[in-house]
Amino acid sequence: MLRTKRRWVVLLALLLVLMASVIYLSSVNIPVLEPKGIIADKEFRLLVTVVLIMSVVALPVFGLLAYIVWKYNEKNQIRKKYSPDWESNKYIEGTWWAIPTILIVILSIITWNATYALNPYNPIPSKNKTLVVQVVALDWKWLFIYPSLRVASINKLMMPVNTPVHFYLTADAPMNSFWIPQLSGQIYAMPGMQTQLYILANQSGEYNGWSANISGIGFAGMMFKADVVSASQFRAWASTTLLRAPALTIARYNNLIKPSTYVASAFYANPAPNIFNLTIDKYMMPNYHGAVQ
Amino acid sequence: MSEAVSELKVTNKLIAKYDKDTKTIFGFWVYLMTDCVLFASLFAVFAVLRHNTYGGPTAQGLFNLNYVMIETMALLTSSFTAGLALLSAQRKRVKHTLFWFGVTFTLGLTFLILELSEFSRFVAQGDSWRRSGFLSSYFTLVGTHGLHIAIGLLWMLIMMAFILKRGLNDTTLKRIRMLSLFWHFLDVVWIFIFTIVYLFGVLGV
Amino acid sequence: MLHVLDLMASFWLGQLNLKALPPNPIQWFGASLIILVPIMAAVLLTVTKRWRWLYREWITTQDPKKIGVMYILVAFGMLLRGGADVALIKTQQALSVGASNGILSASHFQQIVTAHGTIMIFFVAMGLMFGIINLILPLQIGSRDVAFPFLNATSFWLFFFGMVLVNVSLVLGDFAATGWLAYPPLSELRYSPSVGVDYWIWSLQIAGVGSLLAAINFIVTILKMRVKGMNFMKMPMFVWSVLGSMLLVAFAFPILTATLTLLALDRTLGMHFFTSGAGGNMMMYVNLIWAWGHPEVYILILPAFGVFSEVVATFSKKRLFGYTSMVWAIGAIVLLSFIVWLHHFFTMGAGSDVNAFFGIMTMVIAIPTGVKLFNWLFTMYRGRIKLDSPMLWFIGFVVIFTIGGMAGVLMAVPPIDFQLHNSLFLVAHFHMMIVGGVVFADFAAITYWFPKIFGFKLNETLGRWAFWLWLVGFLTSFIPLYILGFMGATRRLDHYSASLGWQQLFIVSGIGAALIGAGVGVQLLQFAYSIYKRKDNLDKTGDPWDGRSLEWSLPSPVPFYNFARLPEVTSRDAFWEAKKIHFKDNRKYEDIEIPKNTPLAFLIALMAFLFAFSVVWHIWWVATMALLAIIVGLIIRSMDEQTDYVLAAQEVEKLDKSHLKGARA
Repeated sequence: MLRTKRRWVVLLALLLVLMASVIYLSSVNIPVLEPKGIIADKEFRLLVTVVLIMSVVALPVFGLLAYIVWKYNEKNQIRKKYSPDWESNKYIEGTWWAIPTILIVILSIITWNATYALNPYNPIPSKNKTLVVQVVALDWKWLFIYPSLRVASINKLMMPVNTPVHFYLTADAPMNSFWIPQLSGQIYAMPGMQTQLYILANQSGEYNGWSANISGIGFAGMMFKADVVSASQFRAWASTTLLRAPALTIARYNNLIKPSTYVASAFYANPAPNIFNLTIDKYMMPNYHGAVQ
Repeated sequence: MSEAVSELKVTNKLIAKYDKDTKTIFGFWVYLMTDCVLFASLFAVFAVLRHNTYGGPTAQGLFNLNYVMIETMALLTSSFTAGLALLSAQRKRVKHTLFWFGVTFTLGLTFLILELSEFSRFVAQGDSWRRSGFLSSYFTLVGTHGLHIAIGLLWMLIMMAFILKRGLNDTTLKRIRMLSLFWHFLDVVWIFIFTIVYLFGVLGV
Repeated sequence: MLHVLDLMASFWLGQLNLKALPPNPIQWFGASLIILVPIMAAVLLTVTKRWRWLYREWITTQDPKKIGVMYILVAFGMLLRGGADVALIKTQQALSVGASNGILSASHFQQIVTAHGTIMIFFVAMGLMFGIINLILPLQIGSRDVAFPFLNATSFWLFFFGMVLVNVSLVLGDFAATGWLAYPPLSELRYSPSVGVDYWIWSLQIAGVGSLLAAINFIVTILKMRVKGMNFMKMPMFVWSVLGSMLLVAFAFPILTATLTLLALDRTLGMHFFTSGAGGNMMMYVNLIWAWGHPEVYILILPAFGVFSEVVATFSKKRLFGYTSMVWAIGAIVLLSFIVWLHHFFTMGAGSDVNAFFGIMTMVIAIPTGVKLFNWLFTMYRGRIKLDSPMLWFIGFVVIFTIGGMAGVLMAVPPIDFQLHNSLFLVAHFHMMIVGGVVFADFAAITYWFPKIFGFKLNETLGRWAFWLWLVGFLTSFIPLYILGFMGATRRLDHYSASLGWQQLFIVSGIGAALIGAGVGVQLLQFAYSIYKRKDNLDKTGDPWDGRSLEWSLPSPVPFYNFARLPEVTSRDAFWEAKKIHFKDNRKYEDIEIPKNTPLAFLIALMAFLFAFSVVWHIWWVATMALLAIIVGLIIRSMDEQTDYVLAAQEVEKLDKSHLKGARA
């Protein structure tokens, strides 16, 4: 009697927790599940597909566990079989080598195709012209250079909506990972090397970006805003910045390299040519004497 | 009756002893396998870094194949003489064993001295392990082998002392077997080093 | 003059100086705790006059059962230390929002996160695992000892001093602030100039060498020391799983040894393996460390699977279902675990073919794991299940491991991983695998085998309380982390802005951690109370759970020689079958060789510790002396050809009969 009562209390408590969670979750922003870029969207859809396929096996496991533990519990009074020496059955075992195998074959095909389709180096087809942005992870801030527009920014990534953006990434710092969850998955930015990433944001808005890989004491402050605006607003921003912002000279860049934490966003005009390549060369070329320190 | 029992006891003891020895030698094989993995890791690292000369010397510019050939000959011969030492030890010939171990030790020491003088020459001309990724991996791979050789030499000295003091008893014989396994193992590793580090290096493969 | 003094100081003390002492109150508190614990232990030993006892019974012992107990004691101590780290981490993450900076500096927080990971993996999970193996494995294969008892003691003491070195870093200097795998170039001298990373390297190095030696020992023990009649397919499943795990250690740990050495060479000798620039390659480190790190996960989980195989069969009073399948599954896991390491860094820019290959291989591991799960379920099917606390831990394991496993398959798909990598989703996943899988199994094992080692059972009521607190606390702590991962929260964050809306979930997660803490508290209480009330729970039969394998045929606690007469095995569940036919042993007793106690294992490990400590601080003269001392120790050991003593047959008979009498009384 007491046991059944306790069971109801537990069940009720679980229900309350579930309801509270649903209410809470519907009120907050969950970037990975609310994509605003076509890559993040495809990744999200893939995630849902895989979860559904896996539930085909996982849910029966939970069901089976509950059923078996209930039915074959020593204390359970119902009539049940007891076969202490039953230890193998070809067909039964064959079945559960087969079920996960079939499932994994299906998942493998999906994985193989998706990995090719969503390779971060794949250009995104679009009627709009692709914009190139160079990203340098510094101690501890992000530098974005727009070579074609001759502007640059710190911790603020301006992007035009519905336009593919082609990122080239490197670091003048320990390994970092460049991640804007609502727009696309992440990729490492490493010193002396260059990685690439394509993003297409299909909704305007301001999204959060992070470094996902620990890079020293200022790591938590490597947060930036990705501001997706209309094409005209973007053009306006670029031309104003080019006119008004201070120039990103080599001297100013060498100053930026120095470690600093929680850096406010800033815009620059006329970035010195080759900052990105010199930053890579610095680590890769013997006897490097370039201007970038 | 009691004689039979005591004889049985002796036999049992012998079997137990034999089991213990095979166990130890089997364990030593397992250890050698783990050492193999260690060297494999270092070889992999060398393979990745061998062209990262960063403006420093390349393998072609650095290595002198003739010199390395002499080192190789010394080590290969020492492996052969270590085999002879083991054969003599199994036949319980103390003097022969000591003689062949003496020869092995001399050859091993020669190898080590040659290697160290090569190292010091490189360092003296400014091509130390600090110079480039290639040189770091070179010194580490070859140096790790050299360190093993040094440990083997020390072990050999200790075994010679044991033979002198205690003769070729079962325990000593078991250890000599392991030492000789160890020495052959280092020989095999060296053949890989010779091929991958020096030969491929000089040929520019 | 001052210059000469400086030179002398740097010769005698290396880089060690007063600046090495802790800089702030929280660190002072930690440091004093670390100093206080050994002082209190020393006082206790002196007051109770137990120094000699400590030396004779523990420090010099070669008995795997005692060594096993010491492993588990150290692991529990470190569980508390790692748990204290969690308390700080959770407090910081609950408070450090927006304008507030919480209670820790960024660097201190990162050190704690690194220490938490390092300690929990190397000194808790590994310690519990090796402890249980030492306790049970020789008994299950009907052996009186391990293959190399001296080596075994050395392994333990290396593990022990590795642990000591991590904790010394709280008092002198600092610890790595790099995350538990210390990726370069962050872990290189350029970005981490303090001794922290060196502490990390050298404590793992000596503990790792200890693990490697232990693996060699157990491989030989299993392959060469099984009792007559126990062929491979008659070994208990725990033995199979340990064999798989130890083979993995033997193949994976040398890679760790090499990798740590290379990083140490970079830092101390100025080499360029993983540096940015000068021809170093940091991606190579990431590959190497995961070529060890991924097998390490299976090293931990395989023995856990083995424990559950024993527990489920015993508490269902039924044979393990699908034995052959289980063996094949272990084999498959062992092989596959070496070809999946790249899934830890899909985001490093490898080509689609490489990423897809490693992703698929990762998923393939789910097949043998799934098979094992189904086999356990069918072991219970048509059984008579007794829901004692080891079985509760098993059910908790199935639930958590299935959820965690699904999260794992998700992350095995490279494009999905791009969105989850290094986020708290990943953190939740691997905690579910390692805590829900490994630690739960270890707790089940401790409850299950406790009477065998100590002669009395643990209190069941408190055991149940501990389980429920752990389970509820664990789910409360880690389900929010999955959601936080989806929200974009990355791991190792010491601060975040308030607008993100993460704080509530971090607080919920902290409450869960507190519940787990309460669970650990109840466990400690359980030990204390069970010892206090041991007379109520004595195990007089030696077979308190109606067991199946050989260890239950022995009296509890197991005598130091394990088996007075070696059994012969004709079937899988050897003891279960023997019980059926009321087997009566009429064979004669025989002499038993038992290894003598020796302090050398302890001393050699102590010297290894001194070596490591002085390399961390660049005190080269001590390092040299310690190295020489190790060599001398080994030579002294090799000179001793009488390492065993003989326990005469009559003596064995006398002891055995008195044990039997005790059991009947």
